[in-house]
This record gives sequence, structure tokens and C-alpha cells, in this order.
Amino acid sequence: MDAMGGFLAMGGYGAFVWPAYGIAAVVLGGLTLTGLRRLRRSEAALSMLADSQASSRTSVRDSAP
Amino acid sequence: MMPALELIRRDLRLAWRQGTDVAMVIAFFVLTVVLFPFGVGPEPNILARIGPGILWVTALLAAMLSLDRLFQADHDDGSLEQLVLSSPALPAMVLAKCLAHWLTTGLPLAVVAPILAILLNLGADGFVVLVGSLLLGTPVLSLLGAVGAALTLGARRAGVLVALLVLPLTIPVLIFGVGAIDAALADLSSRPHFLLLGALLAAALPLCPWAAAAALRQALE
Amino acid sequence: MLHRFANPTRFLRVAAALQPWCVGLSLACLAGGLYLGLLRSPADYQQGDTVRIMYVHVPSAWMALFVYANMAIASAVALIWKHPLADILAKNCAPLGAGFTLIALATGSLWGKPMWGTWWVWDARLTSVLILFFLYLGHMALVNAFDDPSRGARAGAVLALVGSVNLPIIKFSVDWWNTLHQPASVLRIGGPAIHSAMLTPLLMMGVAFTLLFVALLLVNVRAEIAERKLRGLRLARAAEV
Repeated sequence: MDAMGGFLAMGGYGAFVWPAYGIAAVVLGGLTLTGLRRLRRSEAALSMLADSQASSRTSVRDSAP
Repeated sequence: MMPALELIRRDLRLAWRQGTDVAMVIAFFVLTVVLFPFGVGPEPNILARIGPGILWVTALLAAMLSLDRLFQADHDDGSLEQLVLSSPALPAMVLAKCLAHWLTTGLPLAVVAPILAILLNLGADGFVVLVGSLLLGTPVLSLLGAVGAALTLGARRAGVLVALLVLPLTIPVLIFGVGAIDAALADLSSRPHFLLLGALLAAALPLCPWAAAAALRQALE
Repeated sequence: MLHRFANPTRFLRVAAALQPWCVGLSLACLAGGLYLGLLRSPADYQQGDTVRIMYVHVPSAWMALFVYANMAIASAVALIWKHPLADILAKNCAPLGAGFTLIALATGSLWGKPMWGTWWVWDARLTSVLILFFLYLGHMALVNAFDDPSRGARAGAVLALVGSVNLPIIKFSVDWWNTLHQPASVLRIGGPAIHSAMLTPLLMMGVAFTLLFVALLLVNVRAEIAERKLRGLRLARAAEV
């Protein structure tokens, strides 16, 4: 327990070391999340559009004489 | 040589006819400097201390404001495309435009600055160095501004964008310009600061027209 | 080799295959680097435990420069050979580079306060890195300021190349001028000047950050290619009607 306290205190500099790692984590995490969300959203929209185009083409084919 | 001189003459003639453009830049300079005593208080010692910085920063901003005159106006009426297509040495043309721009922006600013320096209670030792540093530094602003103006040709909110792009690059000019005045006020030699300003100008003279020409060609592709 | 990847579909296939490897290796190096850096490496003789900030500050500073170099090379390729993917690569480097620069500036500030007694000082290294940050933001603003995306990409490419004069200034500023920031201890003639107990976690974090950058770049480039396909399909649809 005391070792944990010593680790967190970082020799008295904990107030500087941990926010530094925190900022790095927040920025990198944020970039990762926004990137993944962007990819997911665009690929989902693309597959939806491709599906609807494919289905509209087949329905046109079916209705043609 | 001749086409470049012609270009300078044309730009100066246009600026003379559109006298209000130049007057507005000077008016902005004066107005913004005058705002500071209202903002920081009229105490002479404080104004004298921050005076060189105020004059230089506002000169920077005033120079940024007038950059849309550099290329945008010519782009709108089609003469820029003519210029780019017909010039064998586009960087020389850009340099000519920068010179005309400086004659109608930087030079008037340097002339008006001593009057404003009186309002800011600048010490007597600083006046000559103030004018000298502005005369040496404002051409660099015109040159850097040309690169920014060429890059943002036709962009939305080009006025703010060019300032955002160019102002960080002008920081060294600002540092040495103010440094020269502060040195003179402290009875030290301004020579190293002037040498550095000269070095910046020497570097900007060949590089900026070349970069601006490249940007113009990309813009008009 | 460049021309093989001019085809977006091929690129997408390779990117999708490469991505999980980059992520996995990055996480592994991150875990190792953090473990060694925070727990196993010694505190500094003079700086105490604040030296552990080095394990995020230095790799992010390396990345700030590395990403810009990538952006500049991609910009040059885009302008010279008009490679279709180069524009997209350059554009998506900028936000990532800005992020790393922000981390470098913030962690540097947090390191400087206990060590130098000040959050900020206008010396050559810090000022030129701040200018780098503004360059990234300016690039992002410029590329998105045009209605025609290819015009924006070309303007951004020129800006990236013009701004690359800042890179040698940043790297050598601590050698050329007497600055508060310490001089180079790793990438210098004569080899690294720090102990291997500190060098190992530092290099692991550097590798981790690099792989993370590559992974994020692939993610964003894939997303951008999909977005452009979407726009193309939607325009085609509107034209059909």
C-alpha cells in the first residue's frame, strides 16, 4: 500500500507527472476514437448506399418486360 | 527588367487612384495604437515600456490587412492569370508586386510611426531606431504576406486565413524589431538586431517570391 | 512501388491488412515502455521522478517532427507526380501531427515548471515548436478553406513544403543558440548520451507512438477514401434523376 502511495507521489512530483501522462492519453485516445468513428460511419454509409443501389437495380430488372 | 518596372508603376498608379485603400491601412494603424492607452491606462511609464511592442504588433496587423490587394483584386478581373501565363520569370513579377505593396503599406507605416510613438511616450533614443527597424522589417512582412496571399487565393475567409498562416512566420521579425528599439532605449547597441533583420530580409528576398510564384501557379491550375 | 498503390482498392486491402498489426505491436510496445518507464527505470540523479515525463514528452516531440516530414514528402509527391493518394495522406497527417505537437508542448510545460521554475520560456526550441503547432493548424484550415477539395490539397501541399524550413530550425536550435531547453541526448554525433535503463523504455515508447501514428493514418485515409466514394456515388445518383 505504501509502495503504491510512493508510486503515485512520484517523489513529490506527482502533480506534474500524472497530468503529463493524462494529457497524452486524452489526446491520443481522442484521435483514435474520432478516427475509428469516422471510418465506421463512412463505411456504413457506403455499404448502405451500395446495397440500395444494388436493390434498385434488381427491382428495375424485375419490372422490365 | 522592363516588365517588372512596368508592373510596379501600374500597381502604384492603381494604389494612388484608389487612395482610400492606403489611407484605411494607416487609419487602422493609428486607431489601434490609440486604443492601447484606453486599455492599459494612460500612465506614461507603462506606455513607454510597452510602446515598441504595441507599434510593431499593430504594424504587423496593418500589413496583414492590406494583403488582399496584392493578388485577389488582379485575380478577380483576370489580369493575374495573364500575368502568370505571360511572364518568363514569375518570381521577378511577384517581387515587383511586393515592392509596390511595401511602398503603399510598409513605408507609410514607418513614416507615421514616430508620431504615434509620441503618443506612447517613447523615449527620445528610440525614434530613429523605430523608423529604421520598421523600414527594414516591413519589406519582410510584404514578402511573407505574398506567399500567404498566393496560397489563400480564392479561399473562404481568405483575410483571416492569410493572417493565421503568415503571423507565426513573422514572429522573428517582430522579436528583432522590438529588440532593436529596446536596445536603443537601454543605451545598448541595436546593431546585432539590425543585422538579424537584414539577414531575414536577405533570406526572404530570393525565397518568398519563388514560393509565392509556385503557389500562384498551383492556384491557377 | 508508388504506382502500385495508386489504385485505391489495392491500397485499401493492404491498409486493412496492415492496420491490426500496427495496433497490436503499438499496444505491446506501449505496455512495455510504460512498464519499464514508470516502474523499472531509475529516477534521475538531478531531476528525480520528473524525468519520467521524458517517456511521453520526447517520443511525442519526435513524432511532431516525423509526421511533418511525412506530410512534406507526401505533399512533394502530390505536386510532382500527382499521385492520387498522396494528397489524402498529407491531409490526414496534419491533425495527427498537431496532436503530437500539443502533447509535446503540454508535457514539456509540465516538466519545465518543477525543473526550470517556469511553465514557458521564449527560447528557440519552444518557440519553433509552437510555430510548428500553428503550421499544422494553418495547414488544416487552408486545406478545408476551398470549395474545390483539389485546390485545397494543392495549396496545403505548397504550405507544407514552405513550412519545412522550420524542421531543421527545431532540430538544431538547441545547438545553435544558448537555450534553456537541454541539447540533444539521443540523436547526435557520438551516439546516445543516456543510460540504457532509460534509453530502452524511451525507444519503446518511440516505436509505440510511430506505430500508433501509422495505424491512425491508415484509419483516417480509409475513411477519407470511403467518404469520397460516397460523394461520387451521391453525385452520380443525383445526375441520374
